[in-house]
Amino acid sequence: MSGGSEPLLALDDLEVHFPLRKGALLDREVARVRAVNGVSLDIHAGETVGLVGESGCGKTTLARAAVRLLEPTAGSVRFAGRDITHASQRELIPLRKELQIVFQDPFGSLNPRKRVRDIVALPLRLHGVSKEVAAQRVGELLERVGLTREHAARWPHEFSGGQRQRIGIARALALDPRLVVLDEPVSALDVSVQAQIVNLLDDLQRELGLAYLFVAHDLSVVRHVSHRIAVMYLGKLMEVAPADELYARPVHPYTASLLAAIPVPDPAGANRRRGRGAPKQAVPPSGEPPSPIDPPSGCVFHTRCPRATDVCKTVVPPLRAFPGGRVAACHHPLNAA
Amino acid sequence: MSEPLLAVRDLAVSFETEDGSARAVDGVSLDLAAGEVLALVGESGCGKSVTALTLMGLTRGANTRIEGSARYGDRELVDASDAELRRIRGAEMAMVFQDPMSSLNPVMRIGDQVAEQIVAHEDVGSGEARQRAVELLGRVGIPRTEERAADYPHELSGGMRQRVMIAMALSCQPRVLIADEPTTALDVTVQAQILELIRELRDETGAGVILVTHDLGVVAEIADRVAVMYAGRIVEQGTVMEIFDDPQHPYTWGLLGAIPRLDLPPRGRLPTVAGAPPSPLQKPEGCQFRPRCPHAFDRCVQTPALEHRGGGAQQADRCWLTPEAKRELRLVEGQVGLASPEETLR
Repeated sequence: MSGGSEPLLALDDLEVHFPLRKGALLDREVARVRAVNGVSLDIHAGETVGLVGESGCGKTTLARAAVRLLEPTAGSVRFAGRDITHASQRELIPLRKELQIVFQDPFGSLNPRKRVRDIVALPLRLHGVSKEVAAQRVGELLERVGLTREHAARWPHEFSGGQRQRIGIARALALDPRLVVLDEPVSALDVSVQAQIVNLLDDLQRELGLAYLFVAHDLSVVRHVSHRIAVMYLGKLMEVAPADELYARPVHPYTASLLAAIPVPDPAGANRRRGRGAPKQAVPPSGEPPSPIDPPSGCVFHTRCPRATDVCKTVVPPLRAFPGGRVAACHHPLNAA
Repeated sequence: MSEPLLAVRDLAVSFETEDGSARAVDGVSLDLAAGEVLALVGESGCGKSVTALTLMGLTRGANTRIEGSARYGDRELVDASDAELRRIRGAEMAMVFQDPMSSLNPVMRIGDQVAEQIVAHEDVGSGEARQRAVELLGRVGIPRTEERAADYPHELSGGMRQRVMIAMALSCQPRVLIADEPTTALDVTVQAQILELIRELRDETGAGVILVTHDLGVVAEIADRVAVMYAGRIVEQGTVMEIFDDPQHPYTWGLLGAIPRLDLPPRGRLPTVAGAPPSPLQKPEGCQFRPRCPHAFDRCVQTPALEHRGGGAQQADRCWLTPEAKRELRLVEGQVGLASPEETLR
């Protein structure tokens, strides 16, 4: 998936900070939330990169900066070879055709006062497609995502959560994008519906050659859909690795503890892990992430890390390469060989 | 087996709506023993939360009709007076809700909220109640409790708020704890901590726990017994090992198959359950899963009773297929799942 070709999306040392202001008159900045704090990540054509982490780790902010719904504080965003870090709204318009996003909440992301046909046709109309052509295309798109042409005349409230997410996907596909950012696309759905949407995304990728940035907190779903997975913590990347490698041989202790926290649907295995038999490989992290306003010095994970030593408190570990195409930022890596 | 803490028989809950009567719970029977965790699982709208809320007397209203029986010890909960319910609720049966953001009072300090419940149920002064509240907050893993007891809910993270909810539920040492999706709004890391906490408290107090969840991973972690609900009915129940090792009902296969498994080799496509659950206003005759079931046959127009048909000793299900047929039909590419016709993809 990687190789020598130019990536479709390249994030380089990206920072997105939100200033906290105080004072009615002077309006001075008293602190800043370092939501994304120096992240570099590439996505290649046709590839799915999973982005995981706990709430507040900056994954949604990163996703929004990647499609330029937010303007980065520093660093750069390159899409198809063009620097779009500070592109203006006007300059972004042609780009929106190729770079789309599907949101988490299928209830909040569709205008309740518009019929499905108008919701899905809007991107087409904005890009100058005639009404007749757009109507034809809406029918095709709805069928493409597993709905029917007849659904075009209905209102969002007439649909279930899974169906609404299909409408959101149809809208994102309207302009034939090359990259779709999926921000927790299945988190709000029941497991059976979740599986339907995951299968749909899979089919669409194969047939249309789409690249996905798949943001989620559910590591089981992410493994199922991703080629590579990036693990984020307090605004920084901890580890990026091919999906199977990440689960089989996590390098970063944070990755290992995230994996240990996932409940496995196997009661016999749950008993084994709870002490009977084999010693525990890793334990879920205790406590909660520190505030991104005042992140810890050195390695940001050192306050919760079972392997932390003095060096972790002072020296920021750089991302470095490990065998099997893995990179991680850790002074005391696991499974390093 | 000793006398159950809670014995529910043929519980049915209907809500009168403009469009007719919606039967959300349709004849549920279950027992809860002391010290056990019983999981109620199913998709949204299957009636699991309504069952839990009804046991707490929280679905009562002008438009609700509740039938059947729910006995706690020698007391009947379904027609208990409001005064009696108030005595039981909070003191002997307590509940933890899904959303810790909206279930705490936003303008009251958390220590006071926990103490309020103790004062309501026991004959103690406010000073002593407050002291016990602080101890309870420490017990559920809140650090620096003296200081944190003076915090307002907005000053706490989601995980910490859920701990406060649990502290409140435990404040009067209830014998039954009902937890409605207690970890759904939380990160996996915090979820693991909360599940561990519920497990410890169960071991320590011997309370019986009803856990409502849609997450089979959570069920495998913590439950002793499982009841799978569909369209207001229990379609399968058994011990957690029985349900995961030898599931008898096609709906259970569908739920188990639809989750991507980290502990098994990845599969290409996830088998899904096609379609959606029926509306509680218009349920199909016979087996209610029939319209979504690829294995349905002519007998399924009759309603199968929930009884032991195969599998482990404690297992019961509502499916007419023979145990032999079930063993064969539930495998999709070697793993449990519901072989469903392809979704309408083109």
